[in-house]
Amino acid sequence: MQAFARLLDSLSFQPARNAKLRLIETYLRETPDPDRGWALAALTGGLDFSSAKPALLRGFGQEKIGAELFALSYDYVGDLAETLALIWETDPAAGPPPTLGEVVETLQRATRTQTPAILKRWLDALDSTGRWALLKLLTGALRVGVSARLAKQAVANIGEQPVDAVEEVWHGLDAPYRPLFDWLLNGAPRPQSNAGAAFLPAMLANPIDRAELDALDPAHFRAEWKWDGIRVQVAASGGLKRLYSRAGEDVSGAFPDIIEAIDFEGVFDGELLVRRETAVAPFNDLQQRLNRKTVTAKMLKEHPAHVRLYDVLWLEGEDLRGLGFDERRARLEAWIAQKERPRFDLSPLVSFADWAELAAKREEMRADGIEGLMLKRGDSFYVAGRPKGPWFKWKRDPMLADCVMMYAQRGHGKRSSFYSDFTFGCWRDGAEGRELAPVGKAYFGFTDEELRWLDKWVRDHTTNRYGPVREVEQKLVLEIAFDGIARSTRHKSGVAMRFPRINRIRTDKPAAEADTVDNLLRLLS
Amino acid sequence: MAISTATETLNPRTWLYPTPRGLYCEPGDFYIDPAFAVPRAVITHGHGDHARPGHRKALATPETLAIMRTRFQDMPDTEQQALKYGESVKIGEVEVGFAPAGHILGSAQAVLAYKGQRIVVSGDYKRRPDPTCPPFEPVPCDVFITEATFALPVFHHPSDAGEIGKLLRSVATFPERTHLVGVYALGKCQRVIRLLREAGYDKRIWLHGGLMSLCRLYQEHGVDLGDVAPVSEAILETFKGAIVLCPPSAIADRWSRRFAEPIAAVCSGWMNVRARARQRGAELPLIISDHADWPELTQTLKDVGAPKVWVTHGREEALVHYARGIGIDAEALHLAGREEEDS
Repeated sequence: MQAFARLLDSLSFQPARNAKLRLIETYLRETPDPDRGWALAALTGGLDFSSAKPALLRGFGQEKIGAELFALSYDYVGDLAETLALIWETDPAAGPPPTLGEVVETLQRATRTQTPAILKRWLDALDSTGRWALLKLLTGALRVGVSARLAKQAVANIGEQPVDAVEEVWHGLDAPYRPLFDWLLNGAPRPQSNAGAAFLPAMLANPIDRAELDALDPAHFRAEWKWDGIRVQVAASGGLKRLYSRAGEDVSGAFPDIIEAIDFEGVFDGELLVRRETAVAPFNDLQQRLNRKTVTAKMLKEHPAHVRLYDVLWLEGEDLRGLGFDERRARLEAWIAQKERPRFDLSPLVSFADWAELAAKREEMRADGIEGLMLKRGDSFYVAGRPKGPWFKWKRDPMLADCVMMYAQRGHGKRSSFYSDFTFGCWRDGAEGRELAPVGKAYFGFTDEELRWLDKWVRDHTTNRYGPVREVEQKLVLEIAFDGIARSTRHKSGVAMRFPRINRIRTDKPAAEADTVDNLLRLLS
Repeated sequence: MAISTATETLNPRTWLYPTPRGLYCEPGDFYIDPAFAVPRAVITHGHGDHARPGHRKALATPETLAIMRTRFQDMPDTEQQALKYGESVKIGEVEVGFAPAGHILGSAQAVLAYKGQRIVVSGDYKRRPDPTCPPFEPVPCDVFITEATFALPVFHHPSDAGEIGKLLRSVATFPERTHLVGVYALGKCQRVIRLLREAGYDKRIWLHGGLMSLCRLYQEHGVDLGDVAPVSEAILETFKGAIVLCPPSAIADRWSRRFAEPIAAVCSGWMNVRARARQRGAELPLIISDHADWPELTQTLKDVGAPKVWVTHGREEALVHYARGIGIDAEALHLAGREEEDS
């Protein structure tokens, strides 16, 4: 438990992806089974105890140091689990701290009434980092900035396997994953990939632009609209039905309407959308449905989910990934034609003779819910990862807005001495005249040289400091490129940009001539 | 115990009390750690919010005076009077002595005796061993004035060795990166170097230029720092895998760009609380403090046995609450010029 606690502690402070990977890899290599397996389960969200409720923790704390001191402590720290971990004192008489395996296995067996006493004994035996990690594990919120995908990447790295190889066997395994570690580290055979609704690693496309297209023969390619939703995989086999994100995360729980509608066996690639009648709703509507553990009936009714299919990987027990795109497409179309399914439809092919015609179609298509075109070679096999050549995404040109820099924050790692995260705003009429309202934040899009320039500009024009954040003079115009815009109640300005980045630094433009929030609102469709 | 019959009649607040310039001792006509230049000052230790330049007369330990001369261009205009631990001197009607505070090199508690009553102004202190200074000595007294920087039950500073172990483990995990360790220039810096040496780290430790003069001073006072060198003298050094100490502000400064993908480690008692560590941008927070944590503060109140305790700078409320709970007549004392330093 102490080693796992140290890992969580390090991860919680380390923002860089590669450094996080290194920390997890080191832990997995140095920690014996079954602890490392349980740790992997915890990091991939596969452990769910929720056996320590806030009231229980508060009661423990008040009993330990009195209500008044506990209130002062909690007020200062601001996090209940952390407060309790800090005020509790290690009791040298409590014996050795529990291992992670002991914690997990004990909790799986313990009844609700037994838990408090067990928990107290562990709190006595662990050090403060250990207590913090234990309480985070028990309250079901690790929050150390590690996605399931990142944890799988780390485990793949220690066995020098591609992450997709781990992904393919993942859903057939259970914590603490002994066969996985035996395969990756001890030369045991690769575990069987589970036929029952397993996630099959997705094939991804590379970006392309108009000029690069001329080097390609249009006759080799098929075009589809690139839908502005979430790429998903629908997998059903042997009675199991699952909906996965493209990273392999199981999102079935948030989309019971889709799961219920599955009346087939197969694995399909498609776009998750919110659809009303025949119209695709803006991305923002889909966002309302994401990241929810439970969904209300109202939500299901007002934001009905839909999957627009564009590929088939398995069908009725047969692996189709070794077929070319055209053959898979024919199978998909034939299958769709067999039966009407309201929650599923087919993403149509866009016909074209040459690139000029396709470019014209792309220009004309301004409908909501489309963010460009997908180009797929007719003979492309379905390969995991992002192979160069077979698939391309040709995105709609980004929208642009001239915004004014308002705040800057330092980056991390290589960028830790550079102000590289910028908050920018647009003008609106405020209570005391014209003012800037923050509309977004960007931390890339510039070259290294531009970054040095921006950093110096921030240091030379700082007007205020708030911890790591600097407020700057409102005079530098940044041309921001973004892929979409939506209304947002979480942002002061009422709008939220998708994927904003700094396109150009407009030293030539006076700040007063930057865009207004109203200009941005007009871009809302 | 110095409790005399005078305690019954003499209110200590009549001869020692806070003023806008600092804590003032009336029968001795001097200030203790004043926030501004005064005619006569008694200085507990060399940190900037306690020791300031420009006093006409300053009484301090020889080490503290040496630190002040290093920081304030020799202080030619200040009449300096050195007083060793355990010795005492009469100023006006007040007997002034120093006892070790265990905070940094030269740090002292000021022990004031007047009309049979004894007040101890502890300044900043800690109770755990520090290889760079003698340990805190509890002095029985009528009134004990204590700091309260970390006076909340959440502050339990872990063992120094464990925290240094975290740093060395990180160096082993990321051997191609530079570990930039933010430390306060006076005290923390030298203590961290000593702790690294005690943990068996014998490689060269690189220092930001601003840390050099005080390190030299410590070395002159017999603190063995091993192989240390200023970053500016490095030739053909990539700092890969190196440990570099610098003031915390330098981590964010352009100065840090010469290093290989630096990892920002920050040594401070504040690192105990995650939100504070994040606020400071620490990627590797190390809880190493020169101040007493909650168990040390509460133990000290018991050790000195003073019936009256005045609590200053920090989280006074919790310590006052605790002290009253064990029958001590405790109150908060608000002093001018105390900042939240890099503790």
